[in-house]
Amino acid sequence: MSTIEQVPITLTVNGKKIQRFVDPRMLLIHFIREEMTLTGAHIGCETSHCGACTLDIDGISVKSCTMLAVQANGASVTTIEGMAAADGTLHVLQEAFRMMHGLQCGFCTPGMIMRASVLLKEIPDPTEEQIRYGIAGNICRCTGYQNIVKAIQYAAAKLNGRAYQEAAE
Amino acid sequence: MIPGRFDYHRPASVAQAVQLLAELGDEARPLAGGHSLLPMMKLRMATPEHLIDLGGIAELKSITDTGKSIVIGAMVTQNKIISSELLAEKLPILRETSLQIADPQIRYVGTLGGNVANGDPGNDMPALMMCLDASYHVAGPDGARSIKAREFYHGAYDTALNAGELVTAIEIPLPPAGQGHAYEKLKRKVGDYATAAAAVVLTMSGGKVATCAIALTNLADTPLLAEEAAALLIGKALTPALIAEAASAAEAITSPASDGRGPAAYRTKMAGVMVTRALNSAAKRATA
Repeated sequence: MSTIEQVPITLTVNGKKIQRFVDPRMLLIHFIREEMTLTGAHIGCETSHCGACTLDIDGISVKSCTMLAVQANGASVTTIEGMAAADGTLHVLQEAFRMMHGLQCGFCTPGMIMRASVLLKEIPDPTEEQIRYGIAGNICRCTGYQNIVKAIQYAAAKLNGRAYQEAAE
Repeated sequence: MIPGRFDYHRPASVAQAVQLLAELGDEARPLAGGHSLLPMMKLRMATPEHLIDLGGIAELKSITDTGKSIVIGAMVTQNKIISSELLAEKLPILRETSLQIADPQIRYVGTLGGNVANGDPGNDMPALMMCLDASYHVAGPDGARSIKAREFYHGAYDTALNAGELVTAIEIPLPPAGQGHAYEKLKRKVGDYATAAAAVVLTMSGGKVATCAIALTNLADTPLLAEEAAALLIGKALTPALIAEAASAAEAITSPASDGRGPAAYRTKMAGVMVTRALNSAAKRATA
């Protein structure tokens, strides 16, 4: 087999346009963590089950361990690092996970928040059932999901101009 | 887990993709959503030297109503199927089935073409396409042809596709007015393949079954069309006794593996349960 050619890719990561040459076999999660040094997205199972590597790619949620960096050529990618405002103000979902104790060890949290943000764009005021169905591709081994669901409800309430009443347990 | 080395190609048209497949031969694999192929490449169970990414081919991403059928491009994702108003109106069983596949992230990327062409007996769409009597449009070095879903599956990962051929679209005849449908799937957890699943479409006339098709997922090396089970129902009222008879006839054609989803005998029994549930729901939804 002849030498493998590197492939030029151009993509927007958290609003910043970047150009790189990559090996075709480089997975997007490795590109984001190692080339971009954005280590918020985690590698959990590496088999597209756990969702810890979930990124927002052109408005859809993608498990970036199961996408090649070259497949994301031309796309706009948002990672957890791109969620808070430039002045450090937390994104409403980050605030919600903090307020509702939506995390314990925190390993799944970047994937949970990236998934939840797309879910809330598609269904701005989801029912509990829609939230649970919508995050079914993200595994948490600490919380039993209860406070994650509450955090997403908190964020939805705030985005819809309501106060979320229930306190975290 | 990193895939082996390969050269990457991104054709802009079906013609270019077919040409690349012909030039590069056996060592080339087409890449659709990649949610079956990339995991296999990470395990080094697949080591293609060339990947031909179909993601840049716009002509494979449309859903069209021809008046007699719906034609769905091979690169249409499960999520596009779920959110298509056209499909919700004309072929709601597609949405019902897509919603039971994998998880949200995978449905955004996984495609209908990949699901039907891979030949994985665990995939849900092949049995559904057999049930709906769909045809696959195929492009290859000798031109275009059409293959019936009912004649496409020869064994696990063994299909009617010849070397260098590519599924470009799935054509599904528009169902008759009043048709009831259901896809019933038993699975252990989100993201798992079916322990057993059944697709049913039927029409009723004067309280009796007028037409019916039944197909089964993950109960043999290929999806199964339960022709005898469906034939038993024609011209008869759908009584519990008759449904039980059809369920037994469907069970009789299964040959599932004993695996983590349960022993073969259990999975066969569950095939009957899924057929029973799907017949009941389809009958409730049928209007005549």
